[in-house]
Amino acid sequence: MDSIQYLDPTTQFVLFSILKVMLVFAVAMTGVAYSVLVERKVSAWIQDRPGPNRVAPFFVEFIPVIGPWLTRLGIFQPMADGLKSFLKEDYTPSYVRKVYFWLAPAIACVPSLMTLAVIPFGSTLGNPANKMVIADLNVGILYSFGIVSLGVYGIVLAGYAANSKYPFLGGIRSSAQMISYELAMGMSVVAVFLLVGDLNLSSVIQYQSGGLHQWLIWKQPLAFVIFMIAAFAETNRLPFDLPESETELVGGYHTEYSSMKFALFFMGEYAAMIAASGMMVTLFLGGWSSPFGSEPANTMLGGLIHIGWFLAKVAALMVVFIWTRWMLPRFRYDQLMDLGWRRFIPLALANILVTALIVAFTHK
Amino acid sequence: MSTKVVDRAPLTFYERTYLPAILGGIKVTSKHLFNTLVKGKAVTMEYPEQKWVVPDGYRGAPYLVKDQEGATKCVSCQLCEFVCPPKAIKITPPGPEGQTADRTNAEKMPKEFEINMLRCIFCGFCQEVCPEEAIFLQKDYSLTGLSREEMIYDKEKLLKLGGTHAGIQKWKHKLEEAQEQETFPVAKP
Repeated sequence: MDSIQYLDPTTQFVLFSILKVMLVFAVAMTGVAYSVLVERKVSAWIQDRPGPNRVAPFFVEFIPVIGPWLTRLGIFQPMADGLKSFLKEDYTPSYVRKVYFWLAPAIACVPSLMTLAVIPFGSTLGNPANKMVIADLNVGILYSFGIVSLGVYGIVLAGYAANSKYPFLGGIRSSAQMISYELAMGMSVVAVFLLVGDLNLSSVIQYQSGGLHQWLIWKQPLAFVIFMIAAFAETNRLPFDLPESETELVGGYHTEYSSMKFALFFMGEYAAMIAASGMMVTLFLGGWSSPFGSEPANTMLGGLIHIGWFLAKVAALMVVFIWTRWMLPRFRYDQLMDLGWRRFIPLALANILVTALIVAFTHK
Repeated sequence: MSTKVVDRAPLTFYERTYLPAILGGIKVTSKHLFNTLVKGKAVTMEYPEQKWVVPDGYRGAPYLVKDQEGATKCVSCQLCEFVCPPKAIKITPPGPEGQTADRTNAEKMPKEFEINMLRCIFCGFCQEVCPEEAIFLQKDYSLTGLSREEMIYDKEKLLKLGGTHAGIQKWKHKLEEAQEQETFPVAKP
């Protein structure tokens, strides 16, 4: 570690950034793989099934007690799933628009990963110059909203490229849904930033770091609810999974996709869920700060504990995402539009107004 | 044709907030989650480890059975071969100089008896037609093999799988019937 100190600041910054990008990417991809497992397990349990409980490498059965238990829990299932995705036949139907067909999965997957760049996942690892966020942007939230809205292009392109009815309908639904809910989502966070007074996500966390009672979920419960529901809609999760809706659109926009291209859509969806959870944790649930209040860490251990808190909160929200899937049936298309435009946008606007008035009268 | 307009009460404000639906969803899902996870009440039967109880009268794979002395019951009459709708049974009779039966009351037994389990439709005609009660549909339903040849079960395998069947002893009953005929007319009580 000593030799790093002698490098000039720019080189240090670049090195640390590359390290952070690699770490975040690795953690996010593992998170995606294991949230698929959690999804399968939780849905199985809710439906009175045991869920995936067979796959294991050959040596696991020789580990006493823990080995069979891990197998039963399906810990090795994501590896098998990943391997299977790579080995499956990548079939391109003859009638698709090839360029868009190849481009769409990447465009669907990349934005959700890019959103992770501005989310602070920890305070520091001892050195205050090195914040545990890939890009400490002053306009962090604007960046993330800009990127999130790009996510719709992947789905629309997939629907268009497939050149068949069901994916096309899925693409249309997705674009309408995402545009509608993005407005409500954006408006709900305005109130948060009125209170914080800064668009930088690190300062949002700084504002909440006093402990559980300081979290913005208490001061902005309405904004939290709207943001959360809009996040469900943005990530195409049930009860808002109209672009996919297996029962009516045969899988929607990714009907014609197979192998790794399909897996990319899947990864994109789960990465978007992780990003949305991370964003909710940052904005409303105190980010990396512990519920008992915490200052930016000045030791390695403290920093790791903060990262642990962040990951735990994100994981808890992911379970909420997954659980909700089995709780509510899918919305009808007109109900979805009604909810977005006629309920959430007025509510979010009223919330901004009330918050603004309160801030104007109490702020000196 | 008259139409009946169903009277639907408008939803109350509370119902329109979706809260009752969400709370009901939480209740139902958490109940099932708890039952499966904590009480272990999953409905899945984990097949290779747990097997279902085969009911009596189930028509599984047909196997040859031995009598109570362990001798081959089949006398190679070939009735089952002729009745078999998918022609799954193939019997090679012993011929004039062939091996004689390994039990009394019978003249011969098959030199070879093959059932192609890939062809068998488990109809039970063989069991029905057999005059010697030598073939029975048993409870096996999961027949597996790595090749088509492996799925043709020969006499040795069929006898081994079939086991001993001492339940119905036709010749004993026939003997009793014959003895009853000897004392005909039946002595009046």
